[in-house]
Amino acid sequence: MVILLGILFIILAPLVGGLLTGIDRVITARLQGRQGPPVLQPFYDVFKLIQKESIQVNSLHRFYVYLSLVFVVFTSGILLVGGDMLLAVFALTLGTVFFVLGGYSTRSPYSTIGAERELLQIMSYEPMVLLTCVSLYYVKGSFFVKNIIAKDVPAIIYLPGVFIGLIYIITIKLRKSPFDLSTSHHGHQEIVKGITTEYSGRDLAVIEITHWYEVIITLTLVFVFFATSSVLSRVLAVVACLVVYFLEIVIDNAFARYKWQQTLKYSWIVTGVLTTLNLIVLSFFH
Amino acid sequence: MNAITVLIVFPLLAALLIFLTKNNTVRDMLVRIGAVITAVLTLAVVVLYFNDGISFNYPHEEIMDYIMVFVEIAVAIFVITIGFKNKKYLVSVFSLTQTSMILWFEFTQKNGIEVEHAFILDKLSAIMILIIGIVGSMIALYAVGYMKAYHEHHTDIPVRKNFFLSILFLFLSAMFGLVLSNNLTYLYFCWEVTTLCSFLLIGYTKTPEAKNNAFRALVYNLGGGLAFALAIVYIGMKFSVLELSTLVAMKPEVAVLIPVFLLSIAALTKSAQLPFSSWLLGAMVAPTPSSALLHSATMVKAGVYLVIRLAPLLGDSAVGRVVTLVGGVTFLACSLMAITQSDAKKILAYSTIANLGLIVICASIGTQESLWAAILLIIFHAVSKSLLFITVGSVEHQIGSRNVEDMGLLFRVSDKLAVYMIIGIAGMFLAPFGMLISKWVAMKAFMDSNNIVIVIMLAYGSAATLFYWTKWMGKLVTRARVKKHHEKHEFSLDEHIPIFIQAALVVISCFTFPLISKYALVPYLTQLFHKEALIPIGTSDVKIMLFMLSMLIILPIGFIPIYRGTKRRKVLVYMAGANTGDNESFRDSLGNTTKVDLRNWYMEGIFGVKRLTLWGNLISIGLLCAGVILLIGGLAA
Repeated sequence: MVILLGILFIILAPLVGGLLTGIDRVITARLQGRQGPPVLQPFYDVFKLIQKESIQVNSLHRFYVYLSLVFVVFTSGILLVGGDMLLAVFALTLGTVFFVLGGYSTRSPYSTIGAERELLQIMSYEPMVLLTCVSLYYVKGSFFVKNIIAKDVPAIIYLPGVFIGLIYIITIKLRKSPFDLSTSHHGHQEIVKGITTEYSGRDLAVIEITHWYEVIITLTLVFVFFATSSVLSRVLAVVACLVVYFLEIVIDNAFARYKWQQTLKYSWIVTGVLTTLNLIVLSFFH
Repeated sequence: MNAITVLIVFPLLAALLIFLTKNNTVRDMLVRIGAVITAVLTLAVVVLYFNDGISFNYPHEEIMDYIMVFVEIAVAIFVITIGFKNKKYLVSVFSLTQTSMILWFEFTQKNGIEVEHAFILDKLSAIMILIIGIVGSMIALYAVGYMKAYHEHHTDIPVRKNFFLSILFLFLSAMFGLVLSNNLTYLYFCWEVTTLCSFLLIGYTKTPEAKNNAFRALVYNLGGGLAFALAIVYIGMKFSVLELSTLVAMKPEVAVLIPVFLLSIAALTKSAQLPFSSWLLGAMVAPTPSSALLHSATMVKAGVYLVIRLAPLLGDSAVGRVVTLVGGVTFLACSLMAITQSDAKKILAYSTIANLGLIVICASIGTQESLWAAILLIIFHAVSKSLLFITVGSVEHQIGSRNVEDMGLLFRVSDKLAVYMIIGIAGMFLAPFGMLISKWVAMKAFMDSNNIVIVIMLAYGSAATLFYWTKWMGKLVTRARVKKHHEKHEFSLDEHIPIFIQAALVVISCFTFPLISKYALVPYLTQLFHKEALIPIGTSDVKIMLFMLSMLIILPIGFIPIYRGTKRRKVLVYMAGANTGDNESFRDSLGNTTKVDLRNWYMEGIFGVKRLTLWGNLISIGLLCAGVILLIGGLAA
């Protein structure tokens, strides 16, 4: 049963993720005073990419991208069936590490710089992601998503600081401006896109689909903060996810790219200050 | 006479025999046989006594005491003389003080203190023995091949292979004794022998740098030994107790916490925690097998072993808090500093110190869960780290450098070594490998025990850990082209076999950790806490972890048919249209051909070693001073 449910979610997740990306592109276009593509454009793009010829710079670099997809799918599977969050985060890290290794393995200057920057971004957001998991454990007594959302009081009541910190680093995870160092692109139209420079055709399609999964994974983290045992709260939680996603799009369009030093410093400072304060206040009541 | 005596005495005899053998071939054979027998003996002892454990005394305790006193005096004379000779007076002072103190205690105060169990083998010591015996003997085996190649590369260093190899075995013997002793004076004796061994190994090359670093290691560890000696005298005179197990069973009152604090200081120096960490970084000048031994199976593990033993007294006490925080500062600072290093051995050294910090945290928090994590961390760290060290040693001989920046070549020079190295690195930080499992439980344990600051430190340290290991892996998968004139060195079986076994151990230990937990950790912790211990990870999670591990092994193999099937067009890498055609260089704006040089990030400006070391040391010294003040305050109240 759980496995069937997992498979269903794994099929649905990229559809929703792709749709969200399409909405992202429409909203971004409108914010910039353009008409923009249709909402289903990301799917058209991916189908087109699959049909195109895949060329490669060496025989191994696409291997890492596929591995990355496998583990990101795995992560979303764990999260969506209500599994262990911390385990999911570790699996996600494994997936992202493979993505970075793919960038390194091309031995191309653009790709390598992209990989290094992606790695820096991982280092910037990783503490916050880990602390989000342990904070949820702290207030809910379990790492399992299904147990966390089975309680009566939503986690956001206890963890407002942690939640703001999470939103801050979601911007990095979604590779949105001002933290889009590793892809170095905006509006999805440049050719030289950092870590993905050397990928084409099917491999690029895989990267795009991986990104859809990542959108769902990050939004699941938001969902967990609002959902409780009641149905209404879960609807509210979905709304919260959409609001957060909209907020990220606005941030994406409102900021110029930061330098890597700023990315690292700001995200670490925001993480440190917010979680420390939040958890220390909580520990008085614990 | 039982199997345990054989286990301790055999490496000692092997050391003596190896030292006396002048013929290279015979000696190499002796080392191989000695290593294999040590490993077999280890297994035999563990199989024999694992279930029920054993505690015993030798019938003629006085004779043993006399032998020890004799050796202690001899060692002290040796150390004091070389201290004077090399103008390292602090060494002489430390040695003189502690030896005379211990001798005074032995002859005037010790009478009447009954020691019921001088030696105890329980599940924890069994695990330690396994690590020392298996990992240690693999390193000794590796040393045969390594030292041969080492002296071919370093012709300026006097060949004293018999000395080097015999010290390795002496080290193993001392470590066996250390983890089996329950009598604190025996423990202290072995403790000092390991200090001496490390001094001799670090100073092997006799270069001024090696000498200097060897003395630094000696000063720090003798300082720790001094604290140990003080603790023994205090415990012996105040409580008339000399047994570790009796000490640990006492109530954590201030009077008990004073020796516990002293023993913790000794453990922290041995485990190279801040502010005592510089000796381990200096120890890198020694040939690689000795670094591997110091970092994985012996020496530094002695320190954390002692902290784990003391765990019931640390827990919530002020001393425990201080030790936990020192571990936390060490973990964070050293993880960050590792980012700035490009020398592979330096990275490994910082990572060792950081991970020991993590073990110290887990041990000193002292809950069932955290101890579970601590012991598993010791196991996983020992196998992964020794694999990494000996691989780095062989890589250095293959590509002529141990700088990570040069390791892009490795896949082309020796794909086997590259794969072993990747396994070792993955074992250090990636899910679903061992270190990560323990880190996961550690996080849970810290939250359960309300250690918020420590969790935050752990989160940052983990992020940094991820960064420096991944960028190293990134270099390995780059597969740069080998220059034509590259001279390939033979990768001998003596090196290959232990590396292969270690790599297999890394993978096997990850697959079998639920069994280790079930048959060793859970019974041990249940007995220690008189409360049913549980495996801190749910069964479903364990299954998922093992599934992931299997995927990691199967997926690369599954890719082979896909590669055979496709014929893709191969193109040059993108260099803004100016690739000269070999992927190595591009045409610059003046029309010249410029070589592409890809380097990793080191971020010295942010994580500068000098600044971080200074702050780390200041904070940890502050913490230790706070511990002293708290103890004095506790005594006064």
